[in-house]
Amino acid sequence: MTASIRVGTSTCGLAAGAEETVRALQAAAAQLDLPAEIKRTGCLGACHREPLVEISTNGTSVLYGPMGPAHARELLAGHFGLPGAERPSEEWVVSRAADRRDYPYFAPQVKVTTVNCGVIDPLSLDDYLAAGGYEGLRRALALAPEAVIAAVQQSKLRGRGGAGYPTGVKWEICRNQPDPLKYLVCNADEGDPGAFMDRTVIEGDPHRVLEGMVIAAWAIGARRGYVYVRAEYPLAVKHLEAAIAQAREAGYLGTDILGAGLDFDIIVKEGAGAFVCGEETALMHSIEGKRGAPRMRPPYPAESGLWGHPTNINNVETYASVPSIMTGGAAWFAGLGTAQSGGTKTFALTGAVRLTGLVEVPIGMTLREVIFGIGGGIREDGTFKAVQIGGPSGGCLPAALLETPVDYEPLRATGAIMGSGGMVVVDEETCMVDFTRYFLSFTQSESCGKCVPCRIGTRKMLGILTRLTRGEGRPDDLERLERVADTVRTTSLCGLGTTAPNPVLTTLKYFRDEYTAHIHERRCPAGACAALR
Amino acid sequence: MAQTGTAQQTRPRKTMYLGDPLAEPPPPELLAVLDPLRGRDDALVTVLQRIQGLYGYLPARSVRYAARELGVPLARMFGVATFYNQFRFTPPGRIRLQVCCGTACHVRGAPAILQRLKDTLGIPADQTTPDGMFTLQTVFCVGGCSLAPVVLSNGQAHGRMTAVGAEWLVRDLRAAEEGKP
Ligand SMILES: Cc1cc2nc3c(=O)[nH]c(=O)nc-3n(C[C@H](O)[C@H](O)[C@H](O)COP(=O)(O)O)c2cc1C
Ligand code: FES
Repeated sequence: MTASIRVGTSTCGLAAGAEETVRALQAAAAQLDLPAEIKRTGCLGACHREPLVEISTNGTSVLYGPMGPAHARELLAGHFGLPGAERPSEEWVVSRAADRRDYPYFAPQVKVTTVNCGVIDPLSLDDYLAAGGYEGLRRALALAPEAVIAAVQQSKLRGRGGAGYPTGVKWEICRNQPDPLKYLVCNADEGDPGAFMDRTVIEGDPHRVLEGMVIAAWAIGARRGYVYVRAEYPLAVKHLEAAIAQAREAGYLGTDILGAGLDFDIIVKEGAGAFVCGEETALMHSIEGKRGAPRMRPPYPAESGLWGHPTNINNVETYASVPSIMTGGAAWFAGLGTAQSGGTKTFALTGAVRLTGLVEVPIGMTLREVIFGIGGGIREDGTFKAVQIGGPSGGCLPAALLETPVDYEPLRATGAIMGSGGMVVVDEETCMVDFTRYFLSFTQSESCGKCVPCRIGTRKMLGILTRLTRGEGRPDDLERLERVADTVRTTSLCGLGTTAPNPVLTTLKYFRDEYTAHIHERRCPAGACAALR
Repeated sequence: MAQTGTAQQTRPRKTMYLGDPLAEPPPPELLAVLDPLRGRDDALVTVLQRIQGLYGYLPARSVRYAARELGVPLARMFGVATFYNQFRFTPPGRIRLQVCCGTACHVRGAPAILQRLKDTLGIPADQTTPDGMFTLQTVFCVGGCSLAPVVLSNGQAHGRMTAVGAEWLVRDLRAAEEGKP
């Protein structure tokens, strides 16, 4: 009997102390003389139970958590029924089922891009291949590039970076450019502070992203690719670099890939800490070694991108969806989502929700199902106040809008955006005015300063919001706030500016009474603003 | 603006001392960084990252060397260096404490943690303690949001942090550092 023990050691796992758990398990296994192989995996998504330990023997597996190092020996002795040991406490057991559906957090989820995360060893190409890896590439290379693009169009895959542009259409525009030198870029800047979807996928299943990129390179005719990873993700960079080296070695990158005559290679570029670099034109300037300031579009990157050549830029999750479209079929993928958007979307569920973590759901599931069905509602029996979707470019939605499906158009209709997947839940303790001030302090400090409306407008809005939270609001402040927000929204150069007013506009729309309480009653209903206590 | 959650960029002072005229060739460790990147039109950010990796910050003199060796105007070099939050122009302390002020950490109490660390260390954000032991910084999300709030010490993440926990962390780190030979 050899047991396999898997411990999630992504950034989140490490923050919960998973490394200590691994060491304690190794020591305990040696001491108890158990023939167990201890593997480090990515994140299963149930971060609220980290550190997570999965023990598999003879086809059955049990997921335990949270498992601190102190209980490692007790857990192993109990699990393997060593003489004198007690069975592990039921409180530690997360799930006993192979499909994990006995844990309500997992049951409603549909995993496509994160299916391998927390399951395979991300540093092992063999693990990825055993899980069906690079099969999508094989199938794509057997098709003409046009047929691959047609399949992606039929799958209704849309950009997961936030805007939701149809991926197949984007690829086709890029392919049709006469310039023979084309570039491919993967946007892993993940600038939304409070989101970690792209980090999880890259740390937990880096080959999937590479595979998606190689398929895109075949479809578009690109020769060179870049992955732009944000500076704060050292582990993601490490896993990506390792995966690229393995893929080159095995012939999935480099010249004449799988004998299909495709030449393509990928370089990792580390960001240097600037939110605006997630914007595609700024990102390309940054890759070119310049200041990451955005420029006017058009021309779009598909026409004129890196060094003036046609460039296809997609988000990590967008690329990570592509291998599954090739293996599962476009119709299957389209069928997962809604009439206008195919597939699944991952969300980083955080804040005041009981069960935090990374969730992947079919597009079209309602916010209520995600927050209450999967997330288990508000922690400590608090009351739901709002959910913030899409980060600094997104908006805050109240309880009345919990039936909104997670899909691009319905969310946009509320004033929020689908965004890249940040979903921060807040309860009664959060003051919406102060929360909005927080977002504006972020966009104000991250505004690159190139265009006036964004540079001055975000500062003006921040000034008014700061005044309100200090109890110094004036009767005409809301009107002024709306006016500035409208100007910034309509006249800024890039998406950072045009979306920066979204937190202001949505909170003014749905939580106006909190603003008026601050101004007219000098009162903070949440009791959060220190000056008004 | 000194608000919690506001990234304060460290910009070089106007009267920054750029070092003596560059009469000598660059030190060997710097050349080792520059040589592989010569002639690469996409390397400027990478060059600065490697220099910072070497010294822990961007010594003005090294940036001047890099500009001369790579044939890039000094103004462009500093233009890029001051654009990105990652680059520092003063030497860091031995232990770098980073308080995550991303959204998830913010709503779970990051402002109180930052305040406690400022009080405990007696320095504002982006400064180093006089003994050169701690540098206090803020970051916007390290991707550990599900375990918010998060504090990093020299890159190591500590999740589910509290104000009191942060104070203990400082005490433990200081004890460990002082215990070193
Ligand atoms: C201020 C700003 C920040 C952005 N940040 C990101 C980001 O972190 N990750 C991302 O994938 N897209 C980001 N985008 C969107 C990109 O500009 C671009 O639309 C996206 O990478 C396209 O890929 P997709 O079609 O696969 O979504 C950002 C846009 C703006 C305006
Ligand atoms: S918001 Fe702090 S780790 Fe993401």
